[in-house]
Amino acid sequence: MHKYIKKPIVALAAGIVALSASLASAVEIEYWQYTYASRVKAIDTLIESFEAANPGITVKHTHFPYADYRKKVAIAVSAGDGPDVVQLYYGWLNDYRDSGLLQPLSKEAFPHSSIESDFFPMVSTMKVDGDYWGLPTAVRALALFYNKDLFAAAGLPGAPETLDQMVEYAKKLTKKDSDGNNEIVGYATDGGAGQEHHFVREVLTRLYGGAPYSDDGKTVTYNDAAGAKALKFLTDFQMTHKTGASGFMNRGQDAFKAGKAGMVLDGSFRINTFEKAEDLNFGIAELPGHEGNRFNFASYWINGISSKAEGEKLAAANKFLHHITSDAAMQLWLDTVGELPAKPAIALTDENQAHPYFGPFIRGLGYATATAFKSEKPQRQAIIDAIDMVTLQGVSPSDALNKVAKDEQEVLDEYYDN
Amino acid sequence: MACYVPSLKHLFRYLMFVSFWNKLSVNQKLAITAWLFLAVPIVFYVCIRFYPTFEAFYVSTFKWNLLGAKKYIGLRNYEKIFADEDFWLVLLNTFKYAGLGVPISLFIAFCVAYFLNEITRWHDFIRALYFIPFLTTAVAMAWVWKWFYQPMPIGYFNFFLNYLGIAQQPFLKSVTQGLYAIMAPAVWAGLGFQVVIFIAGIRAIPRSYYEAAEIDGAGRWQILREITLPSLKPTVIFLTVVSTIGFLRIFDQVYSMTTNGDGGPLSSTKPLVLMIYEFAFDEFKIGRASALTVILFVILLAISMFQLWLMRKKP
Repeated sequence: MHKYIKKPIVALAAGIVALSASLASAVEIEYWQYTYASRVKAIDTLIESFEAANPGITVKHTHFPYADYRKKVAIAVSAGDGPDVVQLYYGWLNDYRDSGLLQPLSKEAFPHSSIESDFFPMVSTMKVDGDYWGLPTAVRALALFYNKDLFAAAGLPGAPETLDQMVEYAKKLTKKDSDGNNEIVGYATDGGAGQEHHFVREVLTRLYGGAPYSDDGKTVTYNDAAGAKALKFLTDFQMTHKTGASGFMNRGQDAFKAGKAGMVLDGSFRINTFEKAEDLNFGIAELPGHEGNRFNFASYWINGISSKAEGEKLAAANKFLHHITSDAAMQLWLDTVGELPAKPAIALTDENQAHPYFGPFIRGLGYATATAFKSEKPQRQAIIDAIDMVTLQGVSPSDALNKVAKDEQEVLDEYYDN
Repeated sequence: MACYVPSLKHLFRYLMFVSFWNKLSVNQKLAITAWLFLAVPIVFYVCIRFYPTFEAFYVSTFKWNLLGAKKYIGLRNYEKIFADEDFWLVLLNTFKYAGLGVPISLFIAFCVAYFLNEITRWHDFIRALYFIPFLTTAVAMAWVWKWFYQPMPIGYFNFFLNYLGIAQQPFLKSVTQGLYAIMAPAVWAGLGFQVVIFIAGIRAIPRSYYEAAEIDGAGRWQILREITLPSLKPTVIFLTVVSTIGFLRIFDQVYSMTTNGDGGPLSSTKPLVLMIYEFAFDEFKIGRASALTVILFVILLAISMFQLWLMRKKP
């Protein structure tokens, strides 16, 4: 009788131990990003290779439309739900960090020395209070897309090299009907929406000898003569040269895609969109310079670890973050999504630099800066409002900048008061 | 056998209940039944509506970013809101939407209903045409209208103006025209509902009034002014209350029709609800957003009370 009881109990105990061991090794973590076909495909490929290399860890990939993205992440994580590893725009870092949505990357898993030696220097914006809070797979820069057919028809040899040439070319490219309505715009402006506010802040202001913010980042400094020249340069396309109007064909990229715009400013992620447009023969060039200088704006999406991840999930999340910021992942991202590798060693290969599409962006990375946003939305709105004041209300560029600089300074003050 | 005992107990309890129930009067039974049915919506409203409302009052006195600890700051959120010049612009916008949208939509709806009531041929079909926009989602409709407002060569309105030899208009890209350009689809969307209510109101007026007026030799205009309009007073008040609240809470159209949903250009089309949304979900200032919802709540409450008071004054 005795052994009939004992044996099954031993067997049962052994079974429980084995079962719990296998349960413990089966960790599932969640990865969230916004829906963008090529990004989804790239992450799916990376998850496949990650799961093959790490049996016992599964990654659940969730994505939803960009418009709801920030809101959903904030609400889910605050409810103790949501992602372990999450993708976010670098400009949102402070909003997410202040809200306690993220945890700092552990110094053991991600040593600062190797981050600083491997990644582009702009990634240092992600170091706050002595900790790194996320790492990018890819970075982006701006370039000038130009319509080769329209350029040839206007007798223009190639993309403009300087700001003055850009204006001259835009005038030659613009076509209007007999009532003065635009048929083709030389330069498709978006009134600051899209990527254009970055162009004013980080490119034009610097080209005219100014700087958008003080070195410590605490003071808005674009409300000076250089900033006024920058704002005037952009708004003159609408006000003086009449070579474009915000809203023509909806957005600048739509006008360009339809072959109704000579030039438009955008990031490398737009290459895919334009390649799909039939009958669109386009080229890409570095942003025009001024008086021998060139500047560019770089931005990126980072992968952070949410405050929800703990214990085994945190260890798995660290592994996954390593995987999606590896050299192989970066090359895959470039080939699939069209965004530039975040490490110079991968980005600046001869092959990539000579690439007709990626080349101008990658060369632009060499002289690019990333704005250290404190709260991206109101800061973006400041530049858009300045452009609207000039184009819609006839305010002078310097008055407009003085007004919005005051608004933006409040955002910075509020951040540093905390 | 063992399981029989509890069911005996249940049977006993059931009999107790039946004897209790039978002792009640019909009115008592009706009251109990009514309360049982009412309990469901009451519980629902208390949990889903009233509790969050009071929670918003509470949160509005804190500085809170959705996750971290709440920091009590008294009435600082309200002070900041009242000191913000954007708030006053947004408040003015909100009242413009309601102050112009309500009379315009009521006037058009009444005209449509009045004439629609006169015809018998295709009456149902035409009424359905007016009602369809009310069934369409605001976002889809706003996007279609957004395309109508585009400059040449894709915008219908500008194409039409150009055809008539009138210069292109900026519509949504203008500080002065934007708000009205957004109000138009909002008015159009609400029209169907108002037309149907007006027609019901007009048909409820006793025929004998009209017959008596005709015998007395009253003209069409006189009948409209002396009989139809006064008899429609409850309908007008009801529609005014409902559509005022609707316009004061306008959001979908503005969010869908402006660039990046920012209520621009230069906040010239931004209503209160969009400002609440921006504070809460773009800047994560939940305390400030809650304070704004409290302000909106007070405004809606005051206006609704005033309109109810107007309704009471009836003889």
